[in-house]
Amino acid sequence: MREREMRLVVTFATTTQAMAMEQYCKMQGLKGRIIPVPRQIHAGCGLAWSAPAGEGEVLKASLSQSGLVWEQWQELEL
Amino acid sequence: MIYLDSAATAYHRPPQVADAVADAIRHLGNGGRGAHEIALSTDRMLFETRQQLSDLFGADGAEQVAFTANATAGLNMAIQGLFVPGDHVITTAAEHNSVLRPLYHMERMGVKLSILPADRQGRLCLDELDWLVRPETKALVCTHASNVTGNLNDLKFLGEWCEGRGILLVVDASQTAGVFPVHMEQMGISVLCFTGHKSLLGPQGTGGICVRRGLFVASLLMGGSGVQSYEREHPRQMPTALEAGTVNSHGINGLHAALSYIREQGMDTLRGKELERMWQFYDGVSAEQSVTVYGDFSDRDRLRAPIVSLNIGSYDSGEVSDILAVDYGIATRPGAHCAPLIHEALGTRERGAVRFSFSHFNTEKEVETAVLAVRELAREGEQAR
Repeated sequence: MREREMRLVVTFATTTQAMAMEQYCKMQGLKGRIIPVPRQIHAGCGLAWSAPAGEGEVLKASLSQSGLVWEQWQELEL
Repeated sequence: MIYLDSAATAYHRPPQVADAVADAIRHLGNGGRGAHEIALSTDRMLFETRQQLSDLFGADGAEQVAFTANATAGLNMAIQGLFVPGDHVITTAAEHNSVLRPLYHMERMGVKLSILPADRQGRLCLDELDWLVRPETKALVCTHASNVTGNLNDLKFLGEWCEGRGILLVVDASQTAGVFPVHMEQMGISVLCFTGHKSLLGPQGTGGICVRRGLFVASLLMGGSGVQSYEREHPRQMPTALEAGTVNSHGINGLHAALSYIREQGMDTLRGKELERMWQFYDGVSAEQSVTVYGDFSDRDRLRAPIVSLNIGSYDSGEVSDILAVDYGIATRPGAHCAPLIHEALGTRERGAVRFSFSHFNTEKEVETAVLAVRELAREGEQAR
């Protein structure tokens, strides 16, 4: 088994919202990347934003100013 | 061949459009279907293109822009997705069948329809607009510019008129997108439908529908969306709501390149060149005794789409278009142009008209050749009488 680590996972209603997140985080220099939605959060397919768990506060503070839309926000061991 | 049929589809395109399509076929995947780099690079391109379109049209952001195969698909989505039996809808005599036929279909389903007439110059009889409003009026569905006369409708006026009466404004921007200013927010447009392959200079098979935030357009198509797979209902969020199935990423990559080209060149510059060619042609042919030009050319300061439709003497429009193609190598479009009501208003139901439509890629020399051809045919026609 691969070693797991805590990640902050943000899910979206649409792929467009996920792309907006990726573009915003890249522009702001925020760490993270797009991953397939983990089964713990959503049973369907789709994309999620995965960031290091330690980045949560920075990410939340930045996103609160961004106007971006997301569905769920959760810390998971991935 | 001298191509003067840009109102039907662009023929001259910046080379980067074709390059982008070829590059997409080689390198892009299916957006929203997986998180691997090939899918994600497609997602990024689609997102950027939505942003370009939202910026261009003053829409409510990338998520309010859904891709469709063409303007017809978008208009069908809007018309069939917004109205229910009992609603009343106003449209105009200047519309293309992409508006009229879906509305006639809805009329058979119980939607009530009123059509604002046009005069002999194809101008909408706006003073009659107020007479058409009823308590159950839901929307005005209107083209930005006639694909036959080139007459441009004042969207700001229509948007304010609609807002003042609590009516939606659905706009067909097929003839103007990319070359004429269209701003959904400033003009009060509720839904904007456009095609990618005309003045936007993109590939055929591209287009879209922009929906004002908060307005729900019911899905005409349902299916794969890349999200919410276990839900029985197709997602209601834009743009997924209006994008069932794989989108045309290859074509949209071409549209992306075309939009970048338009932004680099400047919309005003492109429009200026097109209108210069149009006026050159109009000035060259309109004084001919046996040439009848249709549309409102009375004010050179008023914007109009770069279209000149005409007839010569008693010639059938198809005959003229054929002679122009075979003897002069000039591509034009005769007939009814899928816009039956405007031809009825112009009095050209039987013979149609020959449409010359211009691109900024057309040269002065090409237009001069077309002018001489029309003059020659006009004089032949006069001698034959």
